[in-house]
Amino acid sequence: MKSVICYINQFFAGIGGEDKADFEPEVRQGVVGPTGAINMGLKAYDAQVTYTVICGDNFMSTHRDEAIERILKELEGKEFDLFLAGPAFQAGRYGVACGEIGKAVEAKFGVPVITSMHAENPGVEMFKKDMYIMKGSHSAASMKNDADMMVALAGKILKGEEIEGPDAEGYYQRGIRHQVWRKDGVMAADRAVDMLIAKATGKPFVSELIIPKKDLVPIAPALKDLSKAKIALTTTGGIVPVDNPDRIQSASATRWGRYDISEMDRLESGVFKTIHAGFDPAAANADPNVIMPVDVMKEYLKEGKIGSIHKYFYSTVGTGTTQGEAKRMAKEIIPLLQEDNVDAVIMVST
Amino acid sequence: MVKEFERAGFPVVLMCNLVPVAQTVGVNRIVPTISIPYPLGNPGTSKEEQHTLRKSRVGTALDALATEIKKPTVFKVEI
Repeated sequence: MKSVICYINQFFAGIGGEDKADFEPEVRQGVVGPTGAINMGLKAYDAQVTYTVICGDNFMSTHRDEAIERILKELEGKEFDLFLAGPAFQAGRYGVACGEIGKAVEAKFGVPVITSMHAENPGVEMFKKDMYIMKGSHSAASMKNDADMMVALAGKILKGEEIEGPDAEGYYQRGIRHQVWRKDGVMAADRAVDMLIAKATGKPFVSELIIPKKDLVPIAPALKDLSKAKIALTTTGGIVPVDNPDRIQSASATRWGRYDISEMDRLESGVFKTIHAGFDPAAANADPNVIMPVDVMKEYLKEGKIGSIHKYFYSTVGTGTTQGEAKRMAKEIIPLLQEDNVDAVIMVST
Repeated sequence: MVKEFERAGFPVVLMCNLVPVAQTVGVNRIVPTISIPYPLGNPGTSKEEQHTLRKSRVGTALDALATEIKKPTVFKVEI
């Protein structure tokens, strides 16, 4: 019987939501929450979940080194053949947590690691080279499907079967090159010439070594004189007037709003709040300046460190929001900044 | 959003807690914050301490906007 250890966050462990996101690492024997279903699936491969590691998403992101160290220490001396983290869907912090702990576990214990994330989860870009990340769906409604995919690959690994590559198995390309014996037996020189002929004659061909493109933006030149510059404040932390006049969504936002701060010295509690559903709102509701620091910006204005502050701050919600929507919202905001001759932008994200 | 602002020519600084994520997606000016629910003021500390921290971090962000950089940079925070 092979042994598998699983990692899940505080939410899926049934401990609590955002108010419990600081939950400290804990290792429990057997299954917890969704690892029960994983355990059922593993039976077919003569394997079982022996332990489930639980850690709050905020604890992992804020105390990363401590969290990893504590978990690794707890796992010392435990025999296991495979480590499964998640599935993490489109939950950004959870995805990054699965990647962080997976990478550390693989490095220390040398066992393969499998997780699952939606393509827009930032954990994919960060960790796809380090472990198998299955192409998961965006929400926990597809828990069964995503967990089944992880289990299917787990079964192959546990049985020592050949892994047939990212497309066949359904994980993100890891950029690792393997030597393979092709079934068609066509040698490399022939394949290369075939591709060259196809390219020269305008026919389609698929490279065997696809170089991924990264979308990088040139660094904008620095402000010449901060004391004359007009600065705009923006946030993805969901700070809005308490009645949320633009009805910005609490998750997967497609809307944004801008709110006049020209007549105020700070954002008052009770006038502004956060509608972000991705974290405990208590601190930001008690003092919205912890996310949108209007108070200290006004002080810097009075002290002459900056020339002026753009009349409005801009707000949306960053959790579950797709890159496409974020891009569109920014493009809608840009003309308004240009119109008012804004020189530079501060973005506070949560 | 930060990348679009920068593409339009604005120098832009991202104040965030998940610094590795910001680096991976290609943000050029980054100033770390202290947490996700309260980036710029821990409610477990006094109002004065929160204000001091916030003023320091926002000050670092403003200075970052006025600093020429050659490559993506995570700016050092004082507190």
